[in-house]
Amino acid sequence: MEKTEEKRLATPEQMLEMYRWLKLTRDTEAGMVAYHQHTPITELPHSSLGQEAVSVGCCYPLREGDLVHPSLRTRGAFLIRGISSRIMMAGALGKVTGAAHGKSTSHHMGDKASGIVVGTGCVAGNVPVAVGTALGTMLQGKDSVTVVFFGDGACNRGDVHECMNMASVFNLPIIFVIENNRYALTTPASFHSRVKDLASRASAYDIPGVTVDGNDVMAVYEAMIEAIRRARAMEGPTVLECKTYRYRRHSEREPHDLRPEGEVEYEMEHNDPVKRYVAYLLENGFATQEQIDAIDASVKEEVADAFRFAEESPYPEAEKYFWTNVYAED
Amino acid sequence: METITIREALNRALRDELKNDDSVFLFGEDIGKHGGAMQVTANLYNEFGPNRVIDTPLSEYAIIGAGIGAAYIGMRPVVEIMFADFITLIADQLINNAAKACYTTEGETTCPLVIRSTYGCGARSGPHHSQSLEGMYMGIPGIKIAVPSNPMDAYGLLRGAIRDNNPVLFLEPKMMYGVRGEVDDDMPIIPMGKARIARTGTDVTVLAYGTLVPKALKAAEKAEKEGISVEVIDLRCIKPFDEDAILTSVKKTGRVIIAQEACEDGGVAPQLAAFLSDKAIEYLDGPILRVAAPNTPVPFSPTLEDYFVPSEGKVMDAIKALVSK
Repeated sequence: MEKTEEKRLATPEQMLEMYRWLKLTRDTEAGMVAYHQHTPITELPHSSLGQEAVSVGCCYPLREGDLVHPSLRTRGAFLIRGISSRIMMAGALGKVTGAAHGKSTSHHMGDKASGIVVGTGCVAGNVPVAVGTALGTMLQGKDSVTVVFFGDGACNRGDVHECMNMASVFNLPIIFVIENNRYALTTPASFHSRVKDLASRASAYDIPGVTVDGNDVMAVYEAMIEAIRRARAMEGPTVLECKTYRYRRHSEREPHDLRPEGEVEYEMEHNDPVKRYVAYLLENGFATQEQIDAIDASVKEEVADAFRFAEESPYPEAEKYFWTNVYAED
Repeated sequence: METITIREALNRALRDELKNDDSVFLFGEDIGKHGGAMQVTANLYNEFGPNRVIDTPLSEYAIIGAGIGAAYIGMRPVVEIMFADFITLIADQLINNAAKACYTTEGETTCPLVIRSTYGCGARSGPHHSQSLEGMYMGIPGIKIAVPSNPMDAYGLLRGAIRDNNPVLFLEPKMMYGVRGEVDDDMPIIPMGKARIARTGTDVTVLAYGTLVPKALKAAEKAEKEGISVEVIDLRCIKPFDEDAILTSVKKTGRVIIAQEACEDGGVAPQLAAFLSDKAIEYLDGPILRVAAPNTPVPFSPTLEDYFVPSEGKVMDAIKALVSK
């Protein structure tokens, strides 16, 4: 993947690149939801629609060698870090061309080349492992940064607190990104926590806790630039809370949506990260409508190609793949 | 030849691996300056410093996760969970991360992690510091479990565990740290999955590990005086267990007892019994007997705890019962 210089402000070229990642994430996720309506996708979609700016703003400024622990709503992270939409889609369909020949879901796949650390379906279970990769790179004398994503619900798991404390104690180069989409499955954040900003919990560990508008790509990006600078300079961890919103239910199988009527529609109309970013780029002259249209067209083609690739790929043969790598070789 | 304790053997194994491989580091509560609750890591902090022997906050989830994450990126962490009773706390990380990474990345990410912990009863420590919980992890593919019973094996198995590319749960018998044994000047590194014939015999096989090995050996000595020849197999690694060694012995003797300190249900003994039923039933001249703790918590008071512990006498009873059938 391309290396990116860290700057206070992105150049127009970088902004357009970020737009492409944002749009690719959006269209991939929207494509999966739409596809699932007529042909159930093997990996039940847990859509990140509405939350795309978090992945993009957080992962775009990272470098090669940095380590990313995505959550189940961080699909954009995989794409930005260099895993193709083809592999993601094939993975979601359980095809042999997906992650680990179909042994893992696309959500939890790992890929060393892109610095995506293999994950877990146990929400927040990636956070202790992230402390380990940050500790490991520090002991190895590298200047890598670890970024771990988890939601507002996961915030209430005990190990998240242990990890923030341990990261503080050892001054680890790690960024805890809370993707606060306001709901843990159906449970509102206003019910499951009494603090206004989940990032305020960072004060308990004497580390910076920053809350940003998670639907504003540039706000996320700029907050991340500072968190990365701190981590890279071994100044310690940061908790970065990105306030966002999930358009779909927890998964495409939930029978109920307990959110207030009209809330989803309101957010889609007034707070959509893609619409907002396009408006920002156009209003400030960072991009032209023609450039946006060209990106949209190329993304559309890429997503269609990814679906085609996934559909045409075969399923893994059990005789060939089932038994391998339960244990590592000597 | 010299005589050292299991504690010294473990300490030496850690020292030699710390010296041998820069990617090895120790991580756990009070393991640094204090030398560990069981003093297994004594003096290593002074020798290797705070970046190799790292004291941590009391945070089992974070400790195990840190070990796993560091192992994923090329380190060989040895984490200490102070008591095996607390391996309950590492279950999510061990089962859902460490045990799965190799499979779910098709071998690209491995987890060469050792989790050391102390297990077993007899110290009058009550129900929460005395358990043998290895059975909890017997059914988890991707994990290995080793239990030493003497200084030579303690040294060799721990080094073997550290060099293994998989997560290894390394359980040290709490009451045996002071057990002394003769060791060679050049102690071998023992790979996971290899049993040891602790005593040869022809009438009965006792499959044992950890604290039950010396008890089985004593029972075997007494049995010999009564004309019964007992073979004792020290499993050393209970997951994966050494199928060949077990079958070779059982086919020879035709009688088998499985001895463990853990409660009867859901552990090594039922697993081995099922294995023997599948693979060796036609060679057996009697039932597969188990010597194990009763299915109760480990009680605190000496009279109650002594009633709980699977003793040498219980192994002897099982031997006699089996040959009389």
